[in-house]
Amino acid sequence: MSLENITKRFPGVLALDNCRFDLQRGEVHALMGENGAGKSTLMKVLAGVYPKDSGEIRIAGQLVEIPTPRAAQALGIGIIHQELNLMNHLTAAQNIFIGREPRGRFGMFLDEDALNRKTREIFERMRLDLDPATLVSELTVAKQQMVEIAKALSFDSRVLIMDEPTAALNNAEIEDLFRIIRQLQSHGVGIVYISHKMDELRQISNRVTVMRDGQYIATVPTATTSMETIIGMMVGRQIDNSGPDVPDTSGNEIVLEVKGLQRGAFIKDVSFTLRKGEILGFAGLMGAGRTEVARAVFGADRVDAGEILVHGAKVTIKSPRDAVAHGIGYLSEDRKHFGLATGLDVKTNVAMSSMNQFLTQGLFLDQAAIRDTAQGYVRQLSIKTPSVDKPVRLLSGGNQQKIVIAKWLLRDCDILFFDEPTRGIDIGAKSEIYKLLNSLAEQGKAIVMISSELPEVLRMSHRILVMCEGRITGELAAAEASQEKIMQLATLREEKRDDQRAAQAA
Amino acid sequence: MKTTMANTHNPVSQAQQPGQGMFAAVKAKIFHPATRQKLLAFASLLVLMVFFSFASSNFLEIDNLVSILQSTAVNGVLAIACTFVIITAGIDLSVGTLMTFCAVMAGVFLTYMGLPIYIGIAAAIFFGALCGWVSGVLVAKLKIPPFIATLGMMMLLKGLSLVISGTKPIYFNDTPGFSAISQDSLIGSLIPVLPIPNAVLILFLVAIGAGIILNKTIFGRYTFALGSNEEALRLSGVNVDFWKVAIYTFSGAICGIAGLLIASRLNSAQPALGQGYELDAIAAVVIGGTSLSGGTGTILGTIIGAFIMSVLINGLRMMSVAQEWQTVVTGVIIILAVYMDILRRRRQ
Repeated sequence: MSLENITKRFPGVLALDNCRFDLQRGEVHALMGENGAGKSTLMKVLAGVYPKDSGEIRIAGQLVEIPTPRAAQALGIGIIHQELNLMNHLTAAQNIFIGREPRGRFGMFLDEDALNRKTREIFERMRLDLDPATLVSELTVAKQQMVEIAKALSFDSRVLIMDEPTAALNNAEIEDLFRIIRQLQSHGVGIVYISHKMDELRQISNRVTVMRDGQYIATVPTATTSMETIIGMMVGRQIDNSGPDVPDTSGNEIVLEVKGLQRGAFIKDVSFTLRKGEILGFAGLMGAGRTEVARAVFGADRVDAGEILVHGAKVTIKSPRDAVAHGIGYLSEDRKHFGLATGLDVKTNVAMSSMNQFLTQGLFLDQAAIRDTAQGYVRQLSIKTPSVDKPVRLLSGGNQQKIVIAKWLLRDCDILFFDEPTRGIDIGAKSEIYKLLNSLAEQGKAIVMISSELPEVLRMSHRILVMCEGRITGELAAAEASQEKIMQLATLREEKRDDQRAAQAA
Repeated sequence: MKTTMANTHNPVSQAQQPGQGMFAAVKAKIFHPATRQKLLAFASLLVLMVFFSFASSNFLEIDNLVSILQSTAVNGVLAIACTFVIITAGIDLSVGTLMTFCAVMAGVFLTYMGLPIYIGIAAAIFFGALCGWVSGVLVAKLKIPPFIATLGMMMLLKGLSLVISGTKPIYFNDTPGFSAISQDSLIGSLIPVLPIPNAVLILFLVAIGAGIILNKTIFGRYTFALGSNEEALRLSGVNVDFWKVAIYTFSGAICGIAGLLIASRLNSAQPALGQGYELDAIAAVVIGGTSLSGGTGTILGTIIGAFIMSVLINGLRMMSVAQEWQTVVTGVIIILAVYMDILRRRRQ
């Protein structure tokens, strides 16, 4: 299977620029690149989710067109998406076989027993202990990801694309997945494996293709290429991955204290403290509950129980408005949906949380003052934009993020929650954001940084809290932290703990 | 969080898990949120009936109960049509005027053109399906939001009904047997103590058919899937546009049946009627536990909702409450029902 000269444009950005990729029978071919490099986009073109603007796709030497997901399925191409694409109101079995349900009489009625039976067979192959008739909405994120994997496996594809398939899985489940991948390899299935995790790629892939900024960079054999070379290709230049020394903030005053936060199955008895000038890293797998905690403290979601103290005084936070009044700001994970009004311009977005500062005679907006303030922040944060009147959706991810930061700086919050601050941002802008975070901390702001990128967490945090399935499973000081320790705490599930206790008791 | 639940009651499929204890299965069924909602609705219905039987001496008389059944028939059938569309997270505001339009078309074929009765019946259902198809195309292909698309259709059909009929009612006096569709009692002729009008029999037949289609066929499965996550369904290779159009078409056909029922009950097609019926239908659906945000719902719930509405209206009338106040009460019930739906979703 090969892709040649694939180009794809979205409004305002060239996502893929003459990209190339090929896959051989029975090979596991890794696809690597920074956030925004175009890996997912290229694979979505192959899977029929996006139509390509130009280029050629060949399967077994034949030129093919893939305009829809169904066309891709017909050609034997299966994909496991990065974001879960499940129908929550249906059961696991119903999701897996949607569109291919076993029929009963007249070809119109559904054979539910056959559906569950076939699903059970797939689950047994995967060694997955799950009742096929469970509603997806009742599953943990990890189990949901396994259902997605089961769905892809049920297609008997020739080409299988896996986009970050292990984001929510623990080591045992990852081992099971690798066993299945090796099984598929022996049957001649070609697998494209997209992942950030270097050690996984070492274990499982035959070749690695690197992409950067929408362009194809190179393809190398995994066994004989070093990690540094691959990272160098991803990044384009030597990156000094060590940040400044982490200061010791353990003696600073406590500005935020959270006790016994509880919200259904999402937040289970979470307590932590945050000091002035500290960067507290929140690590964990997808679905661990970190965003939920931030949103709960920020008042975006209701809580069942819990106490929040700001500067030592108990506060009631029922909405973001209350949180902001107490000096708490939240930069959301999905800035396009929750951080910016993408149709509006730069200066309006900067002033969004502080409009009442710009009122003349209590009613009218002082546009000149808004413009001056916005321009001040553009200078201060080096935001690349021709003017403050440009709509924010035309700016790059990194600059959009800086506008969100400017918005909260203007509001003068001294407690800031950053949720995945460098997601979708290229490497150059990333280091600028890191510098910004450090300088904010030096100025005395208290920062909680939620991140799924372990190198980022290790580089930036003064202290690290690890969460798993709604609970805090551990705390690490910067000096003693490592990727292994964080992963161990991030996969410490309730059942595992009980097993360990049972083993100790036995 | 437990991931293997022994007998998770699957609201989409009523099939029992083989090899599991009956008691455990029944228990799981009773405590599942969807069933709880239905039980709650049913309990409310019983409470209302008890209340009204005390408040008015005539409430429990056979004639009055038959009257309640009759008035539920039309609203119930419309509500069943709406249930499918609402489960897909859409809405159909045109069901009321579509019902009238189908009645008018039946009048055209039977009274104006003098054709046999079964042609009239077929015409009503055909035009219902046709207009449903148009709504479906507007929503699925032209991507017009369902609220707007069906609002437009509502006005369009209202106007067409008046134009075609010349703003006069069309009478079915020349078509013998037409009024028998609603008003006679097939059951009554078999079991004299139960003079249940045919309209009610038709309501239950439609309900059973719709229930089977919703829970046991591909059509029903895709209805739920569309409402649950349309994008995931599209990415799974299913032709989402086709099924959306099919669902609106099907809903339209059921409105055609409602048109026959109301025309037969009044023995005439009243072109000015119809607007306002859609709100009662949607109210019945929501009271019965179907969420306006889609993905979940049952026919049984809708039927219970329809009965609650008509018991309420009838009971208030029996208590000599003025008509204006009945509308106020209906409005309050609708707001409460939707609010409870929102609370239920928030808790999930």
